[in-house]
Amino acid sequence: MLWLKRILFSSVGCKLVVALTGLGLVGFLVAHLAGNFLVFVGPEAINDYARQLRKFPLILWILRLGLISIFFIHIAFTIRLTRLNKISNPQKYAVPSRELSSFASRSMILSGLTVLSFVLYHLAHLTFRLTNPLFEQLGEYDVYAMLLISFQNPIIVCFYILSVCLLMVHLSHGISSSFQTFGIKHLKYNKIVENSSIALSIFLALGFSSIPISIFLGLIQ
Amino acid sequence: MLLDGKIPPGNLSDKWSKAKFDMKLVSPANKRKYKVIVVGSGLAGASAAATLAELGYNVACFCFQDSPRRAHSIAAQGGINAAKNYQGDGDSVYRLFYDTIKGGDFRSREANVHRLAEVSVNIIDQAVAQGVPFARDYGGLLANRSFGGAQVSRTFYAKGQTGQQLLLGAYSSLSRQISKGAVNMFTRSEILDLVIHEDQAKGIVVRDLISGKMTVHYADAVVLATGGYGNVFFLSTNAAGCNVTASFRAYKKGAGFANPCFTQIHPTCIPVSGHFQSKLTLMSESLRNDGRVWVPKKKGDKRPAKEIAEDERDYYLERKYPSFGNLAPRDIASRSAKEACDAGLGVGDSGLGVYLDFSSAIERLGEQAIKERYGNLFHMYEKITNENPYKVPMRIYPAVHYTMGGLWVDYHLQTTTPGLFAIGEANFSDHGANRLGASALMQGLADGYFVLPYTIGQFLADQRPLSQSETGELEKSGQDTCQKVENKLNKLINIKGKKSPLQFHKELGEIMWDKCGMERDKKGLSTAIEDIGSLREEFWQNLNVTGSKESFNQQLEKAGRVADFLEFGELMCRDAKEREESCGGHFRTEHQTEDGEAKRNDKDFSHVSVWQSQDEKAPLCHKEKLVFENVKLVTRSYK
Amino acid sequence: MRFTLFIWRQSNKEEKGRFKKYQVDDISSSMSFLEMLDLLNEQLINKNEDPVTFDHDCREGICGSCSLVINGVAHGPERGTTACQLHMRSFKDGETIHIEPWRAKSFPINKDLSTNRRSFDSIIQSGGFISINSGSVPDANSTPIPKTIADKAMDAAACIGCGACAAACKNSSAMLFVAAKVSQLSSLPQGKAEADKRVLKMISTHDKEGFGSCTNTGACEAVCPKEISIGHIAKLNREFIRAAFKSDLNL
Repeated sequence: MLWLKRILFSSVGCKLVVALTGLGLVGFLVAHLAGNFLVFVGPEAINDYARQLRKFPLILWILRLGLISIFFIHIAFTIRLTRLNKISNPQKYAVPSRELSSFASRSMILSGLTVLSFVLYHLAHLTFRLTNPLFEQLGEYDVYAMLLISFQNPIIVCFYILSVCLLMVHLSHGISSSFQTFGIKHLKYNKIVENSSIALSIFLALGFSSIPISIFLGLIQ
Repeated sequence: MLLDGKIPPGNLSDKWSKAKFDMKLVSPANKRKYKVIVVGSGLAGASAAATLAELGYNVACFCFQDSPRRAHSIAAQGGINAAKNYQGDGDSVYRLFYDTIKGGDFRSREANVHRLAEVSVNIIDQAVAQGVPFARDYGGLLANRSFGGAQVSRTFYAKGQTGQQLLLGAYSSLSRQISKGAVNMFTRSEILDLVIHEDQAKGIVVRDLISGKMTVHYADAVVLATGGYGNVFFLSTNAAGCNVTASFRAYKKGAGFANPCFTQIHPTCIPVSGHFQSKLTLMSESLRNDGRVWVPKKKGDKRPAKEIAEDERDYYLERKYPSFGNLAPRDIASRSAKEACDAGLGVGDSGLGVYLDFSSAIERLGEQAIKERYGNLFHMYEKITNENPYKVPMRIYPAVHYTMGGLWVDYHLQTTTPGLFAIGEANFSDHGANRLGASALMQGLADGYFVLPYTIGQFLADQRPLSQSETGELEKSGQDTCQKVENKLNKLINIKGKKSPLQFHKELGEIMWDKCGMERDKKGLSTAIEDIGSLREEFWQNLNVTGSKESFNQQLEKAGRVADFLEFGELMCRDAKEREESCGGHFRTEHQTEDGEAKRNDKDFSHVSVWQSQDEKAPLCHKEKLVFENVKLVTRSYK
Repeated sequence: MRFTLFIWRQSNKEEKGRFKKYQVDDISSSMSFLEMLDLLNEQLINKNEDPVTFDHDCREGICGSCSLVINGVAHGPERGTTACQLHMRSFKDGETIHIEPWRAKSFPINKDLSTNRRSFDSIIQSGGFISINSGSVPDANSTPIPKTIADKAMDAAACIGCGACAAACKNSSAMLFVAAKVSQLSSLPQGKAEADKRVLKMISTHDKEGFGSCTNTGACEAVCPKEISIGHIAKLNREFIRAAFKSDLNL
């Protein structure tokens, strides 16, 4: 297995791992959003979905562990890359360079870190329900009520939207970049890949932020 | 000085095969016992170093650039000739041989040139196998273009970057040998002198340009692939670092220097724009395939080009040389441009320029086709002049480009000093008094890949390898030479005068261009010799070199090179003065026909002038008679 | 024209460098950037000060020697141009110009603006070639190569090895340099035989030499004087995946 380690720990290999896990996480986001949309169907639908998920704890935990490890690997390899890259480039230029590359591509670490802190908060908020004492009075699976309570708070709504926007920035570079990393880019369809990557990120951002906005504006009650 | 060309007997076309067969071989097991030093990493140096290492010799290669890939061969644009006859237009080895001899105005050696034409075909095979992306036709086969001085299409090219691609090919072969440990590469290392021991070249003195450290390297043979000396004119198309030091040091140590006055002035360069100019940029000769050269018919006509009507233009090359037209050889095209400008017909602010107009080609083929052929050249022109050549005709003017003269070598590429070889532009051998376009790349690679690796064996086979000899005496003389070089460097630094090396270089360049440039005459040359003498005197009294010798010091590098140019320039003028005829790039105003064409004197000057240095006295001129058994000497006519 | 220059001065690899301010007057707009530096150096020599050391040779944009970061951009403000091809007309009269050397761990500074780029040679030495010996090759036309492929190989082969890609990259990654060579040789039939070995070796040397990894920002492509596309990096990645997972070779 030494060969695999060597390959995965080379500069190109590291990127491959980050890209692969990144795409896995995008897959999760799509599924997550599909589930979340049930909130528009009504309290029953989303609560039932949550209940169904927890019916088979073993499967749920396998999936969760899988997701956590993908997430962890994504971060770990990014840290490794970033650390090595810092060593490779110890001294910055005195004059900040004219913009040679996109904002999204240059700020992957920043957007990634914000998304990470959001994920931690999000888990504490809705999965472990640690942020609001009111949640304890709710029934076991009343996701709907939790959302309704939380998104009355403009600060929480703003934080959610901001995070989702940064996630969008992160993905707008990340998705198309992973195509580059896998070497499946070509002049003929570069534009298509880039544009669909941006479109998907915008769709995810709009989708995720539609829920807190709708609740805050009272469109869902 | 004995000038034995060692030309093999027999038919012209059999000479090289016979010579190869007759040559002594070094057995594979013995090759690694011999060490060969190659100075320079351009087309000739890199290809020689790589090939010698492939054969099994122990090679050390030196270059002053920070990487062997940056040697100035990289800047060659247009292409490389080869007698492949892929176009089926009547080309052959003999035709390439004949064109080259004729283009060189019958001042080169038949046997050498024929060998060059023979191996030219192998070069293309070699380069393609290395992955050089030559231009191809839609069918996937190699494309050709035509070039000055030839009526067949035999020039292979890779956009306008043929030199770059061929050099990178040689560099890749060299890199492969470096990784195998077969070549020891020394970058940022400048050769400052040769170690001659018992009348043989046995090593070199090298300065590490970063640390300033001096070292002596010993070898069984030394190969100089150090390029030409065009920078003696200060303004030339050569790279800033190109210099004559290695060849000149060899000459000072006893090697004969052949035809130093044969300089090629390239007709298509971008004109000078101001006194601050540091170099001239060449526009590939291939542009003359589609560009038409003209000047206004009326003197001092300063109207923009497009306002000058067709019948007010003088397409002088087409008029004077109807059969070759814009593709007349370089020396002729250059001199015609000078004549036009001297007559007050020049264009541009300085009046030193003629138009190279693509409008009719663009009309005929479309802008896209022209872009495909010359895109990068047009781009380069626009960058430099801020004018768009698709819309306004280019302005061009001749500039020093190549030097046909160089160290005298025999058929084996060995100089008059045993063990010292010279290849590529550094030797004098193949181009006579004028080089045809796309032949420099051919010669450099022919020498490096296919000639020297054979001929050096003949010399080494008779040598007892240094690795198995007592070297005490040799090292003593090496250290001695090294000490002398250090003394010279100290001297340069300690003058502490007022003028920078650059200023002296510029002044020398002005003298050379005025008196020993496109046109020369006896009186001018005599003045030049005196002027150079006094400039040299001033140099040694009023030079200012800042910094120390034990550090990275670009001023010291420059000073050393200029010091050698200051001596070498004089030698050039002497040679130009001695050669009482006009031939190729050497045009003596005293020797011209009534309509201003060069007048050769085959009776008295059908020879190579080989100069031998004498310590305090003026150098001696020896002659190697040129024997033409296969071609008839005719007056070159491109009319 | 006149300019205020801030130039990085550093006397050798070990010493700490700093910016020094210079004033140059009487600059013509058709002067090249390096000629402007020549002029400054002449002034410094006249004052017996140490002139600025910078690498340059051909001064026509092909040798790859020149290596200046001008106002934060490798090779300066013009696209598809080396520093030596840059002219003063690209600047405004009275402008302040910062001039720095390439900055990357793998390009240590020799002096002032000159860096050591031996790492690039090492990368080529590890595999940037086709293993054939002089003479032992087939006829050049024995393998037809489609024009489109030959042209694509030529686009990649245009690399001059200047190092601007790595200098401009926030990670000091030299991936564009590696990609250009890998892409050129692996597109051509004659380079396919050792394509797997080549890409693995070259990537491994790239990493060993201390260059960072590519995060697809595209800064390299923006400063490349030969405008080599990062599409070649995609090709490099593809070649790498194939070599790593499909061939018998190991990294």
